[in-house]
Amino acid sequence: MTARIGVVTFPGSLDDRDTQRAIRVAGAEPVALWHKDKDLKQVDAVVLCGGFSYGDYLRAGAIARFSPVMDTVVDQAKAGLPVLGICNGFQILTEAHLLPGGMLGNDHLHFICRDQKLRVENADTAWTTDYTAGQEIHIPLKNMDGRYVADRRTLDELEAEGRVAFRYLDFNPNGSLNDIAGITNAAGNVVGLMPHPEHAVESLIGTGRTDGLPFFTSILKKLVNA
Amino acid sequence: MSRTPLDTVEHAAATPDVELPWAELGLKKDEYERVVEILGRRPTGAELAMYSVMWSEHCSYKSSKVHLRQFGEKAPESDALLVGIGENAGVVDVGQGYAVTFKVESHNHPSYVEPYQGAATGVGGIVRDIIAMGARPVAVVDPLRFGAADHPDTKRVLPGVVAGIGGYGNCLGLPNIGGEVVFDACYQGNPLVNAGAIGVMRHEDIHLAKASGAGNKVILYGARTGGDGIGGASILASETFDDAKPSKRPAVQVGDPFQEKLLIECTLEAFREKLVVGIQDLGAAGLSCATSELASNGSGGMRVTLDDVPLRDSTLSPEEILMSESQERMCAVVEPEKVDRFLEICDKWDVIATVIGEVTDGDRLEIFWHGGKIVDVDPRTVAHDGPVYERPYARPSWQDELQADDAGKLPRPGTGEELKDQVLKLVGSPNQASKQWITQQYDHFVQGNTVLAQPEDSGMIRIDEASGLGVAIATDGNGRYAKLDPYTGAQLALAEAYRNVATTGAKPLAVSDCLNFGSPEDPAVMWQFAEAVRGLADGCRQLGTPVTGGNVSLYNQTGEAAIHPTPVVAVLGVIDDVARRTPVAFQEEGQLLYLLGDTREEFGGSAWSQVVHDHLGGLPPKVDLERERLLGEILISASRDGMIDSAHDLSDGGLIQAVVESALLGGKGARLVVPDGLDAFTFLFSESAGRAIVAVPRSEEVRFNDMCGARGLPVTRVGVVDGDTVEVQGEFALTLTELREAHEATIPALLA
Repeated sequence: MTARIGVVTFPGSLDDRDTQRAIRVAGAEPVALWHKDKDLKQVDAVVLCGGFSYGDYLRAGAIARFSPVMDTVVDQAKAGLPVLGICNGFQILTEAHLLPGGMLGNDHLHFICRDQKLRVENADTAWTTDYTAGQEIHIPLKNMDGRYVADRRTLDELEAEGRVAFRYLDFNPNGSLNDIAGITNAAGNVVGLMPHPEHAVESLIGTGRTDGLPFFTSILKKLVNA
Repeated sequence: MSRTPLDTVEHAAATPDVELPWAELGLKKDEYERVVEILGRRPTGAELAMYSVMWSEHCSYKSSKVHLRQFGEKAPESDALLVGIGENAGVVDVGQGYAVTFKVESHNHPSYVEPYQGAATGVGGIVRDIIAMGARPVAVVDPLRFGAADHPDTKRVLPGVVAGIGGYGNCLGLPNIGGEVVFDACYQGNPLVNAGAIGVMRHEDIHLAKASGAGNKVILYGARTGGDGIGGASILASETFDDAKPSKRPAVQVGDPFQEKLLIECTLEAFREKLVVGIQDLGAAGLSCATSELASNGSGGMRVTLDDVPLRDSTLSPEEILMSESQERMCAVVEPEKVDRFLEICDKWDVIATVIGEVTDGDRLEIFWHGGKIVDVDPRTVAHDGPVYERPYARPSWQDELQADDAGKLPRPGTGEELKDQVLKLVGSPNQASKQWITQQYDHFVQGNTVLAQPEDSGMIRIDEASGLGVAIATDGNGRYAKLDPYTGAQLALAEAYRNVATTGAKPLAVSDCLNFGSPEDPAVMWQFAEAVRGLADGCRQLGTPVTGGNVSLYNQTGEAAIHPTPVVAVLGVIDDVARRTPVAFQEEGQLLYLLGDTREEFGGSAWSQVVHDHLGGLPPKVDLERERLLGEILISASRDGMIDSAHDLSDGGLIQAVVESALLGGKGARLVVPDGLDAFTFLFSESAGRAIVAVPRSEEVRFNDMCGARGLPVTRVGVVDGDTVEVQGEFALTLTELREAHEATIPALLA
């Protein structure tokens, strides 16, 4: 018995097959979900993957959040369904108000692709229990609109409640406030981050590190033990 | 153009004396007369539009064709070649039932006029070529050349080009794994923006551009047709720039990578369901090219109703619709009973698809507009029977003088301190400096199969997760070498790309090229071109790597000043298991450094002569392709059998440049000893070809030496991986921190 984890493909999604592979590498079963389909096929968790849904036209994630599939994702996330948003998926989660704040263009105005050092700040979410709090990891980052912003009160709340899940270390690649790389909702089932854990699951590929694999083993353990 | 009355075929026949704007459309007088002769009447406006774009230099290869034939005539026997020159891209067998298609093209002129869109649509075009063969695109590479790094216009062109490549390729989800960035004043005003792509498919999925089977439907799908890019091929890419003429900016197309991503997915889904008989992308010359090529490559004719083409701008004339180079469009030939399913798939991906015509029994391409027949031609005469020129060529009068100006006579550094200063100057010069500021604007990781990406010697992609089968690609070119001797320069480009592929452990299989030259109307340029093609064709025969396709870009000159002749060569290789790849970075302290090959006093065209003396003269390094092949075999065997842990090819900048790169990437220094028989300067800066430096674990030293000895490859122990300095014993030492500062600060300081 394993867990079934859905990966939504929007028009312009790019990392859907990579994310399915990462889920497989972790030992779970990936399930392809389609943006026009409200049916989540009874998956146990959902990943909104990276890419440029709708070309990032208008604003990253702004159009995708109105897809039929998102109605169901929003409803079920509020009822506790684990949801992970990676990069464009994170942007969609903020546009859908499942996570607070929003993303602006990188402060240096260029696309940036690099092996990024992070600190795990919260190892209690549905997607991070296989890390330890304070652990330093390297995960590839690649984005154009990765500058996390929120109003002061929201930032204070995130910090006070320990909801900053990941923070950039050594170098802030996009001008994100408080060096925020990823956050969680209060319940800990919805997590979003800009770096791409699905690109760090095999020792031979990409940067050669597997620091992203615990995202997928964390959720698998949680679901199988549930 | 006047549209009353409609210029139908009938009207044209009845009004032989109507003057047509053939000269404005780029046709020469004798070319126009040839069109009239073919048709037996004056062409209609629409026919003239088609002939003018399809007979342009860019589409017809009229100046280069007579030389390019050598790639076929001299092609080596190769079991690997599945589809050769002439299709959208060549296809190579890489084993296990997989086929790989790859190609390099130029988008030079548009990228100068409008850097972002020019470069972006260059990526879009080459990717559509790959899709049109039936393959899923898996990676892109971008060989780029700009004017002097500190010229103000370079700061306009380069950031735009890089952002355009990133903006388009990143949005398509294609990892950018290789390419080059070169600066030279000769490219001022004529930057070279070449774009390459690789695609993977199963053998049975290969598709070709042909329309066969009367009654089959012709479906245009993708973006609507607009007024952009009209004359891109004929007006822009087939003439030199001239300040006196009006701005050519409107001739540059505008890209929409999101639309192209949808086009990729819906095309691949249609292929999977076997819905497609023939397919062609719409690039240069747009519908004129797609309809005439599909029809002339198939068994029948074609009838097209132009009124059915979805438009962005309803006021476009039929001539404009035929010439438009609006991006992100494809044309498929589909059997009638499969049309519904094809349209359904397009609808799933929100892609507009329209039946615009059908394949007919005859042998004519007929196009209708508002009920009138505006085109009635034999499609072969449009697509294949364009003019062929035997342009005069002659070795330029200055060539002897250039070659006599020997770089060996330049003053050399006399002390360790001078050597050290020149090393720092070299590794921090724009051409030798780290290009990270550029490459970090490209996504390397998407698709999750990238094994190696720049600054590695070649990019490498895994294509089978279970077996680890992978492909590698390297692109190289050195305009300075080619200027000194175009025949040798082309072979050096081939040799370097071949070596770069082998250095990572992959076996070189096939070649694509992008030949960038000045005006073919200048006999000196034409001589450079003829020599380079001859050199490349001879070299490919000797190395056993056939040319599978490519692209020629002429008229890269402003006024009388042509660019250096710049043949860019891409070599594709295969590796059975990507786990055996060899990286550039030093892996472990204590490993022994071996120099493979012979080092001679060769400085003509070298980076040292450029950086230290601003000199270009003499002869380029000698080429020995048998040696290159042997070196390649050794590097591949050593990688497969685990005898080396890192390897780096030696090319521009010589040995010291390679060692510094391996040291900085690995974060480990090196102690070097000048071998007997060489002086320190030649050891460090010579650019003799056929060489690589490898790091051998001590446990493998005997076995590695035995292998090189048995196969007759000169091998010299030159040092050890050690510490945090690069030291040349008895001469100088530089810390990695100093080297990193020199190597990495240059490009951001100039361009960021």
